[in-house]
Amino acid sequence: MMSDTGPLLSISGLTKAYPGVVANDTVSFDIGQSEVHALLGENGAGKSTLVKMIYGLVKPDSGTMTWKGQPFTPAEPKAARAAGVAMVFQHFSLFDALNVAENVALGMEDPPPMRDLARKIRQVSETYGLPLDPNRTVGDLSAGERQRVEIIRCLLQDPKLLIMDEPTSVLTPQEVEILFETLNKLKAEGTSILYISHKLEEIRTLCDHATILRLGKNVGECVPAETSARDMAEMMVGDTLQTPTRSTEKAGDVVLDVSGLSLEPANPFGTTLKNIHFTVRGGEILGLGGVAGNGQDELLAALSGETPTWPDAIKVKGSEVGNLGPSARRRLGILAAPEERLGHAAAPDMSLTENALLTGAIREELTSNGFVNWSGTTSFAENIIKSFDVRTPGTHVAARALSGGNLQKFVIGREVLQRPEVLIVNQPTWGVDAAAAAAIRQSLLDLAAGGAAIVVISQDLDELMEISDRFGALNEGRLSDIRPAAGLTIDEIGLMMGGAHGMEAAHIGAEGTPA
Amino acid sequence: MIKLEKRPMPSRTLSVATPLIAVAITMIAGGLLFSALGKNPFEAIRTIFWDPIFGEFAFYYRPQLLVKGAPLVLIAIGLSLGFKAGIWNIGAEGQYIIGSLCGAAVGLAFYPFDSFVVFPLMILAGALGGWAWAMIPALLKVKFGTNEILVSLMLVYVAEQLLASMSLGLLRNPEGHGFPGSRNFNDYPAGTSWINEAAGLHWGMVFAFIAVIFAYILLNRHILGFNIRLTGEAPRAARFSGVSPTRLILFCLGTSGALAGLAGLFEVSGPGGQVSIDFNVGYGFTAIIVAFLGRLHPVGILLAGLLMALTYIGGEIAQGNLGLPSAAIQVFQGMLLFFLLALDLLTNYRVRFAVKGAA
Repeated sequence: MMSDTGPLLSISGLTKAYPGVVANDTVSFDIGQSEVHALLGENGAGKSTLVKMIYGLVKPDSGTMTWKGQPFTPAEPKAARAAGVAMVFQHFSLFDALNVAENVALGMEDPPPMRDLARKIRQVSETYGLPLDPNRTVGDLSAGERQRVEIIRCLLQDPKLLIMDEPTSVLTPQEVEILFETLNKLKAEGTSILYISHKLEEIRTLCDHATILRLGKNVGECVPAETSARDMAEMMVGDTLQTPTRSTEKAGDVVLDVSGLSLEPANPFGTTLKNIHFTVRGGEILGLGGVAGNGQDELLAALSGETPTWPDAIKVKGSEVGNLGPSARRRLGILAAPEERLGHAAAPDMSLTENALLTGAIREELTSNGFVNWSGTTSFAENIIKSFDVRTPGTHVAARALSGGNLQKFVIGREVLQRPEVLIVNQPTWGVDAAAAAAIRQSLLDLAAGGAAIVVISQDLDELMEISDRFGALNEGRLSDIRPAAGLTIDEIGLMMGGAHGMEAAHIGAEGTPA
Repeated sequence: MIKLEKRPMPSRTLSVATPLIAVAITMIAGGLLFSALGKNPFEAIRTIFWDPIFGEFAFYYRPQLLVKGAPLVLIAIGLSLGFKAGIWNIGAEGQYIIGSLCGAAVGLAFYPFDSFVVFPLMILAGALGGWAWAMIPALLKVKFGTNEILVSLMLVYVAEQLLASMSLGLLRNPEGHGFPGSRNFNDYPAGTSWINEAAGLHWGMVFAFIAVIFAYILLNRHILGFNIRLTGEAPRAARFSGVSPTRLILFCLGTSGALAGLAGLFEVSGPGGQVSIDFNVGYGFTAIIVAFLGRLHPVGILLAGLLMALTYIGGEIAQGNLGLPSAAIQVFQGMLLFFLLALDLLTNYRVRFAVKGAA
């Protein structure tokens, strides 16, 4: 038997360089037996590369790992799994058209017969409080349930170390609670957990120990329960944080009026929008929360004009715009910024100048008789880069060459600078570092102070609470009642988001009622 | 171990250089092929690439270069617009045939009326014919979501049957003693596309040059060209930008059809001379190669069209003088596209030779 005193996994001096960037620079830390260890850091700090090395997906350039006192050099994930490492990825690798048991079987080395597997899945799901029916089709599951499939797939391997990459980004507060109970149970049984996140409050409640990465280096360790969230954030960023400031202007007249918006999705696993009602006044920010895949993309497409609807479903300043396309809506001052930066908000292989033209052609008057005014477009792009502090060598650079945060600043800046009357943004700070996120939120607040009506769709509840005046949540294509954001508790928000998916009787009952 | 690594930005130098490298590699691989067939590879390559331009009979072959190149360039320019937007018109050959039939029918209807209006009307009819034939896959795609690749390709065979039926029936020369084929346009001055037959100049070349300039301006200066490129690179971003996919499909297929139809009209009323069963020789298909060889860039297509014409003419000379089988020439042309597409990878990826086992 192994002694229980030494660390489970000891990492020492791990270094991994990619062309142009050192992802990990002599990182060292230990994960103890039955410890929940947090790996904390901004996007691009090197968290993913580090766990990929532990999981055998990436080979370190130098440095060593020790597993229960033995040298540990997994050549591939199979070897890491054999040693007892399991990983739940941030992006699920599940097949929509297969059922839960089939999906679990696909990830196993030698799956047992389907009937035994289904029984095992039921057993594990009951033991760890993760309700899941092995016969359901994955395409019909919520994000939280999909995550359970991934977790159960890992637990069937009986892991010693469970790696979880940003597990709560797709969960409602209630689902987070269930997850934490499961993780605590696992810990009590002796499983160690490496928990990657940038949500500090979570880490404070869950984790025993935290390692903080910045620009690939280990910049500090702490006991989260004894450290304030602000201190941890400043260790992550390496700088003091600016909190956005907001003015308390009175809201103006109703600018955007959405009533009875219902829409069938374009693809079979999309979400149907069901009878959505809301209004936004000038100078007001409406925050729409909800777990991903509950109609966010579809709602943005309906508001931006990509999927036209009935004329009277969407009114702006009293005129019906529901059937207009994106260009006609831009002419009226209705602008949007979708969630997916590369391929939707921007064309990856086109230059920043060309990407400025992508939505700016109409309001910035960049064409005459259809001919493009390229010098005008370039100066518009330069203006965005300057006003929003986009770090790039110039306007000729392809969009995909920019980091996520810089491109996001460009995409938001491109719309904000066009003086919108209505602006709809989806996940404005997704994958953006804290400083850039603060700048983007501030620009939205400033825009609202100038009288624009703004809809922010986001899965980051902290962000929504910080900037919105009123709050609503999307759940399975329905919108909850809109309530003033000030004074909402996290429990109330969770219930607005639909509580824990698949667990609440009321929620299942609502399925059958007509919209 | 060889590794591919995505470049942060596509290499400009390589996107210009790869066609030249592809031509060079084709020459080497082709040389090996020819020597495997027992021919002197250097002589064969010289016959194909050098003799038509600088050889003893170059005075005859040089005009031929333009005669063969013009329809290729004209069709390829049209195709390139669609290809850039991810709209795949594979049936230019069919649109070429229908354009030639419509244009020829108008010309023959006026025969022997001699007026300067006849030829412009033929041009119009040729363009309309090609456009209408391309509208079939376009409308089916827009209305029912059919695949334009299959529909446009199948329509080539329909067009070929129509061509055979026309040259045996409706458009047959009434004074042709029952032989298949229409009147010869070279005998009808008002309806011929030749400007100067001795110098090998016809209106198709003029239109090909105009098409190159038009496409260049469209793609680089006009919002419509921007929308075409945007749709090809990021279809969702294009929708977000406000581009209507329906309109773009109709425009791209329509334009490529009209240009293919024009090419057919100029061919039938000039170098081809008459509507006949075997009038089409595959320009519509070869133009696909030309469009890619020219990197879907108007100037590139102009050069690629001339290069392709060169391998056609050089290939014919090599068949005649050296006894190379025509299949070998086709393999040679195929290699050109193969190497080009393979080297295409280099503009977006960098090749790294990594040492294995550094853990």
